[in-house]
Amino acid sequence: MATTTHQKYYVPHDSAWPIVGALALLLIGYGAATWISQLDQPEARSGPWVFGAGFALLVVTLFGWFGKVIDESQRGLYSAQLERSFRQCMSWFIFSEVMFFLAFFGALFYARVVAVPWLDGAGDNAMTAAILWPNFEAAWPLLQTPGGTATQAMPWTGIPLLNTLILLASSVTLQVAHVAIEQGKRLRLKLFLSITVLLGVVFLFLQGYEYMHAYRDLGLRLDSGVYGNTFYLLTGFHGLHVTIGALILLVMLLRIVIKDHFTAQRHFGFQAAAWYWHFVDVVWLNLFVFVYVL
Amino acid sequence: MSTQVTGTLDAHGAAGRPRDHDHKPRGLARWLFSTNHKDIGTLYLLFSLAMLFTGGSLAMVIRAELFQPGLQFVDPHFFNQMTTVHGLVMVFGAVMPAFVGLANWMIPLMIGAPDMALPRINNWSFWILPCAFAILLSTLFMEGGAPAAGWTFYAPLSTKYSGDSTAFFVLAVHLMGVSSIMGAINVIVTIWNMRAPGMGWMKLPLFVWTWLITAFLLIAVMPVLAGVVTMVLTDKYFGTSFFDAAGGGDPVMFQHIFWFFGHPEVYIMILPAFGIVSTIIPTFARKPLFGYESMVIATASIAFLSFIVWGHHMFTTGMPVVAELFFMYATMLIAVPTGVKVFNWVATMWRGSMTFEVPMMFSLAFIVLFTIGGFSGLMLAIIPADFQYQDTYFVVAHFHYVLVTGAVFGIIAAVYYWIPKWTGVMYDERLAQVHFWCSLVSVNMLFFPMHFVGLAGMPRRIPDYALQFADLNAFMSIGGFLFGLSQLLFLWGVVRCMRGIGDKATDRVWEGAQGLEWEVPSPAPYHTFDTPPVVK
Ligand code: HEM
Ligand SMILES: [Cu+2]
Repeated sequence: MATTTHQKYYVPHDSAWPIVGALALLLIGYGAATWISQLDQPEARSGPWVFGAGFALLVVTLFGWFGKVIDESQRGLYSAQLERSFRQCMSWFIFSEVMFFLAFFGALFYARVVAVPWLDGAGDNAMTAAILWPNFEAAWPLLQTPGGTATQAMPWTGIPLLNTLILLASSVTLQVAHVAIEQGKRLRLKLFLSITVLLGVVFLFLQGYEYMHAYRDLGLRLDSGVYGNTFYLLTGFHGLHVTIGALILLVMLLRIVIKDHFTAQRHFGFQAAAWYWHFVDVVWLNLFVFVYVL
Repeated sequence: MSTQVTGTLDAHGAAGRPRDHDHKPRGLARWLFSTNHKDIGTLYLLFSLAMLFTGGSLAMVIRAELFQPGLQFVDPHFFNQMTTVHGLVMVFGAVMPAFVGLANWMIPLMIGAPDMALPRINNWSFWILPCAFAILLSTLFMEGGAPAAGWTFYAPLSTKYSGDSTAFFVLAVHLMGVSSIMGAINVIVTIWNMRAPGMGWMKLPLFVWTWLITAFLLIAVMPVLAGVVTMVLTDKYFGTSFFDAAGGGDPVMFQHIFWFFGHPEVYIMILPAFGIVSTIIPTFARKPLFGYESMVIATASIAFLSFIVWGHHMFTTGMPVVAELFFMYATMLIAVPTGVKVFNWVATMWRGSMTFEVPMMFSLAFIVLFTIGGFSGLMLAIIPADFQYQDTYFVVAHFHYVLVTGAVFGIIAAVYYWIPKWTGVMYDERLAQVHFWCSLVSVNMLFFPMHFVGLAGMPRRIPDYALQFADLNAFMSIGGFLFGLSQLLFLWGVVRCMRGIGDKATDRVWEGAQGLEWEVPSPAPYHTFDTPPVVK
């Protein structure tokens, strides 16, 4: 429980960043909704602009807000208790992310184990199959949908395997960097953190290449039935998380290289970034097994 | 464990914190930029009040249309928009933010913390909410109108057959989710990390316990809601077929994912109310709560069970029999911990020296009427019976008993109970009693006959009905209008306190009140427990 000696818990003064951040989210939400609902009207352009403005404002907010937090932290305002708050918040945030991915994994499992077999008459659904989709044959990956859309499967060898190795390696290099920061070995820290970021970028690059390959050569598209749906949403949201994770790590790297931030004892920002990266890595392992291999 | 407290600043703290003890920013800035848990709590509560009346107005439209059979005032599509937006506004705009507001105000006071764990995030969580509802409510004025697929937005109603407001609805829900998740993280970490020395787990007030568990539920299921609305979005606009059999998906899958969120969600809306009632009953019975540990265990078991009962909303979708049976028995199991709670509340009053101020009246009404809702829930949990009841007004009766006379009555009880502490002014007991009795009578006029018309087969979400339901519907509509009007008394009572009209409240306010929040002056100073109190 709480320690017995209290440095006062730092309660910040008023701040404009939260409400600016809320405004940013309003613009992003409204812009994105306008944009998406007008996708079929190419002449309507307000959506992307509003969205873009919101996004820019969000970036400004993040810089301003985190800048303030870093400044406060550097000035030593944060007690051990507050650091614990940060840690716990980050852990719960990652838990919420796990649940987000779980929704899509749930959809994947449901489609594979229940929806697709049922369409072919499994369980007591013989009549569904006979009347609605007499020619449909259940299979996974679902290469031919009941409606007749055809696609090809993405093999797990090749890029996906390579990408798995890359992410695993990045987790290892990040761990090395983590140990280095704790031992105060700054050069090694910089080196291995840079390698980690680089591996992340390579991963994203390969993933983009894989998507192009899928669209061009395999006919595996976002609208290729539930196989394509789950494939793209799972890998896509994962890719988005890799992007964010790599950006965070990059910011950490810049803080270390340029500003010489973090000490062997106090480096929560770095630690949180590392947790996030490992989490993204674990998600990928699940993806690799359930989306690609099995 | 040592309970010694040293409140001195070390060198670091002194450097960065020249805070004048009661320094309070002035004007609009105080509210826009706040990092103060009390101000943010107030903002949440006022927002919730505004949404209560917004959602309430939509309900008045529904009841006006249903006053007589036939189509009277609105066309069916608009009627569907009303039921949909009413549900969304009440669930995400009125009930949930009210509880977050209460958590903001009371949890730091109850556990002896200086504020919430991350005050700026706290402010962000709040301000996202009005933004989300601005987006949602703007759809009412769009061409094609607001979402009309019901607050449960089942596919394909929300995908194939929905209007262009769908994208706005989805993005609005995303923002609500972001707000709730951040709010919940703040609550959970505050409770976990910021209890005053000596405030052990088993000394936590029950409101804090129930909120801890609620926050866990929120963090666990709001992301799942985000996931399912995302799938709705891609199904509608990007050609995916998660919920479309032609592409290998399944509309029933929507229901599985939605209700995996949805059932824990209904407990999110009731557990804090359990906490409130468990706080109020002992005060006015002047006895400690009966069975504190069993209350905690019951809350935790309810939360656990709430993850494995979602299928009871889907009995008629043709799940395999084994699944149906599993969901039926698991659902019935929830009645056990719920029964423990009701028993404990009653046992707390047993031989107490009771008085019946308004918070107590609402709590007593809560116990009786929530239990009616629990019983109708049990009836709905019986598969063959549910085949008959599903999608009738019986279901509407059930969830309005648990949500209005449950959650909302809990919130109102909490407001009356703590508003003297917030404003330093005692509410007008006479006015409040009138409010209570008007609400009690009208709410039952409104919702009780729904059981009967439901059992007799009146379907929900339809603007017209068969002639034999006419009398009861007229009666229910009158109850509805009266209930709506009665809440103006509540508004008046709250405004009086906020404007300082009324007797000055004492620090303890209630003779039998227990807990740290009553140790501080009324109104509670802007900053409390800068130095943690020692709890023995
Ligand atoms: C003893 C505990 C409970 C049981 C056994 C129970 C059971 C059920 C069942 C079986 C249904 C589905 C009815 C149908 O659609 O055919 C249902 C619906 C519902 N319940 Fe409960 N319930 C309980 C408590 C609660 C509580 C505490 C709340 C909220 C505070 C709640 C809110 C709802 C809502 C909102 C719906 C309707 C959702 C919709 O279709 O719009 N229930 N309940
Ligand atoms: Cu339920």
